[in-house]
Amino acid sequence: MPADSATATGAPSPLLEARGLTCWRGARLLFEDLHLSLTPGEMLEIHGPNGSGKTTLLRVLCNLTHPESGDVHWRGRALPEQREAFLAALRYVGHQDGVKFMLTARENLEVAARLAGAGEVEPALRRFGLESVADQPVRALSAGQRRRAALARLLLHDVPLWVLDEPFTALDEEGAVLMHELLAQQVGKRGAVLLSTHRPLARGAPGHRRLELGR
Amino acid sequence: MTAPAPGSAFFGMLRRDLRIAFRSPVEVLNPLLFFVIVVTLFRLGTGPGEHGVAALGPGVLWLAALLATLLGLDALFRADFEDGSLEQILLSPAPLPLLVAAKVLAHWLIAGLPLLVLAPLLAGALGLGGESLPVLLLSLALGGPVLSLVGAIGVALTVGLRRGGTIVALLVLPLYVPVLVFGAQAVSAAGAGLPAAGALYMLSALLVLALVLSPLATAAALRISLS
Repeated sequence: MPADSATATGAPSPLLEARGLTCWRGARLLFEDLHLSLTPGEMLEIHGPNGSGKTTLLRVLCNLTHPESGDVHWRGRALPEQREAFLAALRYVGHQDGVKFMLTARENLEVAARLAGAGEVEPALRRFGLESVADQPVRALSAGQRRRAALARLLLHDVPLWVLDEPFTALDEEGAVLMHELLAQQVGKRGAVLLSTHRPLARGAPGHRRLELGR
Repeated sequence: MTAPAPGSAFFGMLRRDLRIAFRSPVEVLNPLLFFVIVVTLFRLGTGPGEHGVAALGPGVLWLAALLATLLGLDALFRADFEDGSLEQILLSPAPLPLLVAAKVLAHWLIAGLPLLVLAPLLAGALGLGGESLPVLLLSLALGGPVLSLVGAIGVALTVGLRRGGTIVALLVLPLYVPVLVFGAQAVSAAGAGLPAAGALYMLSALLVLALVLSPLATAAALRISLS
């Protein structure tokens, strides 16, 4: 795939590109004529106060919501034309965990692996420290453990693009450190990350860019 | 990048929904109890004696089955919508109509199939003769899935609304008319010793139509509801 490989001379072509996005919520303008692009090995952090449209922007970029104007391109082609290829390359963890309370953490991940088409459940559980509670219904877990069960989906198998809505919510110190490691690992593997935070991450990592909304 | 095998995603989804249902049995039993109570109340309300009860029986049974299905339908997508699982389902690379079909099949296995088991008992209470029993079961087996499939479209359209339940009933009940008419007609005809094949053929046709169109319409409705 030529779009994937960064040549030594030129800039790599973007994985995901948004052109001229405008979104309203009710009568309020969230953002207007927004352009962004994301290349492999890059992490774009969307930062802004509550209600600035971070979640809406992520949902637009995942093709869950449609913008008032503008469009999103995946590997240079309009997103709706190749939804299946895009979804196979995407792992999304929204601000809701999307785990079923009546199922165990392991069963939840097994379902996610079925829906994704592949994936190793056990390593993902281990990495997030969920082995000891993997067979309890998620209902019995704490909010932080539920968040871990949701984020463990990221490790089912390698995909080029992670889209994370406030991934650090409810995570403890240890969980946050783990999440930072995983983000660095994904970027190191030339994957791309798009995430929203209301508290900015530490700067300085290569490929780390920030977009401010609501200014 | 792997596209999931359609069968694996379908059965994964089916098993997930069946598991969740078996772990919350109260929600599964409610529509069935409702079915039994409605039919029993009708029988109690008509008083002792056989005046015309047998003539109304097929219609009452079918109406009760229809309302019981409607009662359980709201749960089809609402829980998944509220906990964010529906987003995950929409973002699966597996074909959405297929996943929807798995969910509807799970719903029918949980809410529709038990009605078939209960129907003979209640048919006895309503004074339906033994000769109409096979036709009653066949009509429920053909028409029940249509109720689930058509209802799924209404539920998908209203899943984003807070008071979706009542609107689903208003949206879906008119679409249930042909199923109710042909279902009750088949059972009445069999009870009167007339051939029921015509009505059963119509139910089969409705089932084929719903099987083909409903998953596509439901998938489209879900995409609209979540955007």
